[in-house]
Amino acid sequence: MAKLSDKCCQACWHDWDNPCPDLVECMTAGPVCHDSEPCKTKRQAAIAELRREVVSEPVLFVGTGTCGLAAGAGKTLATAKRWLEEKGIAAKVVEVGCIGLCAVEPILDIQMPGKARVSFQEVSADSVGELLESVMVKGDLPEEKVLGQHRPVEGSALEPWQGAAWLDEHPFFAPQTRWVLANCGIIDPTQIEEYIARGGYAAMAKTIRSSTSAELCDEIEASGLRGRGGGGFVTGKKWKFALNTPAEQKYLICNADEGDPGAFMDRAVIEGDPHRLLEGMAIAAYGIGASKAYVYIRAEYPLAIKRLHEAIAQAHKYGLLGHNILDSGFNLEILVKMGAGAFVCGEETALINSIEGKRGMPRPRPPFPAVSGLFGKPTIINNVETLANLPGIALKGAKWFSSVGTAGSKGTKVFAVSGKINLTGLVEVAMGTKLRQIIEDIGQGIPNGRKFKAVQVGGPSGGCVPAQHLDIEIDYESLKTIGAMMGSGGLVVMDDQTCMVDVAKFFMNFVQRESCGKCIPCREGTRRMLEILQAITRGRGRETGSDALDRFKGVMYLQRLAEVIRDTSLCGLGQTAPNPVLSTLRWFRDEYEAHIYERRCPAGVCTELLTYRIDAEKCRGCTLCAKKCPSGAILGAPKSPHYIIPDKCIGCGTCVEVCRFDAVIKE
Amino acid sequence: MITTEIDDILQRHPNAGRSSLIPILQEVQEAHGYVSKDAVVQIGGHLGLPAAKVYGVATFYNQFRFAPPGQFHIQVCRGTACHVKGSAGILEAIQQLLKIQPGQTTRDGIFSLEVVACIGACGLAPVIAVNGEFHAKLTAEAIKGIIDEYRERATNGQAE
Repeated sequence: MAKLSDKCCQACWHDWDNPCPDLVECMTAGPVCHDSEPCKTKRQAAIAELRREVVSEPVLFVGTGTCGLAAGAGKTLATAKRWLEEKGIAAKVVEVGCIGLCAVEPILDIQMPGKARVSFQEVSADSVGELLESVMVKGDLPEEKVLGQHRPVEGSALEPWQGAAWLDEHPFFAPQTRWVLANCGIIDPTQIEEYIARGGYAAMAKTIRSSTSAELCDEIEASGLRGRGGGGFVTGKKWKFALNTPAEQKYLICNADEGDPGAFMDRAVIEGDPHRLLEGMAIAAYGIGASKAYVYIRAEYPLAIKRLHEAIAQAHKYGLLGHNILDSGFNLEILVKMGAGAFVCGEETALINSIEGKRGMPRPRPPFPAVSGLFGKPTIINNVETLANLPGIALKGAKWFSSVGTAGSKGTKVFAVSGKINLTGLVEVAMGTKLRQIIEDIGQGIPNGRKFKAVQVGGPSGGCVPAQHLDIEIDYESLKTIGAMMGSGGLVVMDDQTCMVDVAKFFMNFVQRESCGKCIPCREGTRRMLEILQAITRGRGRETGSDALDRFKGVMYLQRLAEVIRDTSLCGLGQTAPNPVLSTLRWFRDEYEAHIYERRCPAGVCTELLTYRIDAEKCRGCTLCAKKCPSGAILGAPKSPHYIIPDKCIGCGTCVEVCRFDAVIKE
Repeated sequence: MITTEIDDILQRHPNAGRSSLIPILQEVQEAHGYVSKDAVVQIGGHLGLPAAKVYGVATFYNQFRFAPPGQFHIQVCRGTACHVKGSAGILEAIQQLLKIQPGQTTRDGIFSLEVVACIGACGLAPVIAVNGEFHAKLTAEAIKGIIDEYRERATNGQAE
């Protein structure tokens, strides 16, 4: 395989060891240092090969991101390799990241020489042999497995398959605008040259060659890019604080501590396209004048950490990181720091404390990290997705970026769609896309014919959006008006079998556990809120003394307590902690009331509030339920219908599970 | 024996300052599966920090364990997507089957149980990971088969 690192001829004096400022351009569009038609042809051939517009032997692409592996891609990969070996077929097997459609993983792509690349869905280890036989030997595509074929670039010699739909017309992909995720699931994340062949590092090369830091900050500010991690602060403006603070050392930190349960876009970007992040970091570091950068990444993402280390080592080898990058005088070292599992470390000052080796507790601001951050030096912290947006802006300009989006929010946003929805996965849409479109068109609605109830946006800091507000156009401001927030972009869909009080309780449990304990409103307040929610979902059977009175008292104070926590907590975690409760109280007050006044859970989730009875017609008197009942609440003679004593029943649901005749009815 | 291993790890961080504390703790846990009392004292000595400070940092973070894990370490994801899809039932099924609570190890030392905030495989919820091996789209019924499979592996001595 031709490589970009090979010299085209002797006239070319520069290579990755002796770079010139034009090196990236020279390698991809060049040569620019000398005029030679054969050299140009040679370069273009190498690029075409790296972009897989020309393949000499069949190529298998297996999506082996964490989600792919969870779905069994590892076994598919091993079986496919064994199959090729047994049949004696020469083929290249490439492990790619996640293309984003988790619901139909494992995904396997096949590209036959001269033909377009085709993606296949749900390729388990059992079915991979049959699929390969059909496509590679017989040459036909099994219809039910085809996800879609990749559209060849214009002028490419690749011939499309007859009768196979285009991947970009698939309902999941068609409404998306994939900028950040453009390469995910397409390229080999372990090969820097594939990234360069697709235009990678051109933006960094252009920036450090032709812009000053101040110009870059202006450009990024003009693009309207805002932080994708939650706060939504204008990125260019934030950089300027650090740029204008004189210091001999400045730091850039990439926040990859994706702590929001329900969000996984950062993991997917790092696993599938790590060089995009590194290039974005290099641009950001140049913009603020930092020569040292950290990636603070969750230890729960071992594959992403591995990919990141590999990518950094490669970028060093190609002189795209390190000392005097591309002979420009710009230096950058990137270090990887593993987080140790604390949600609060997503907060900037807590994250800084954690890197310094302290407990990850936030500190009051100001001084802002941009002025005095890591080791007391000016520090800019950007989220993975924010950084991954930078190469596009730096290369194509602020106007290109701001042409997409709403008045206040530009560009695209990646959402992690999960929960009770047919097609789960990563979705990148233009700002201003309607929530309804994401759920009904891209996600294909709710499974099993159930009814949509709400979508939780933004994790523990966000809120639930009910059905009547689905037509809202997503941007930072619009979500706030309905009590949610962008957060990192987790979208968890809930149907009518999800209890909103239970969801609020789940988040309060999470937040009170993750509260660092430094300020009282958050430490004590979230605990009290959880206790109030626990009280209203507790069955009467377990209430003693004045518990019932406390339950009512708690409910009366719930909203006020939430507001106090919001107004008086030290950091973002505490200030947003009551949001899940406030938003569910606002939109689903009827469910709270059903729990409090009627002592029932409409969704049938809060087990202690459920009542059970036995259908005398169906009960055969097998005595199984009576034997298994932990509280001895079921009585009845053998071979005659049993009955449940409501006062003794603790609502555990064991009888429903053990009954073989479906005689126990849950209400 | 353990002490020398910790020495090896500490030697890889010569002249280390406080910012190396978390990476060292992570390496120690990686090597032993947990952070022992001796390790805390030794790390404190190396970094010139009181053992209490080291312990204070280590207990702050969810990642660090202070008791040896089982041969198979089960991580149950309790993220939002997993919760909505019924991970509470999965956790309960595992607890009933193994008769341990999160943070505990079975008496035969084969299994230990941990609850984690989010593994990041939300599209395939509910998910558990056993020694880093993922099992997705689970039901409470499927748990028994998975546990049995690992128990068999343990008795055959195939644990990694």
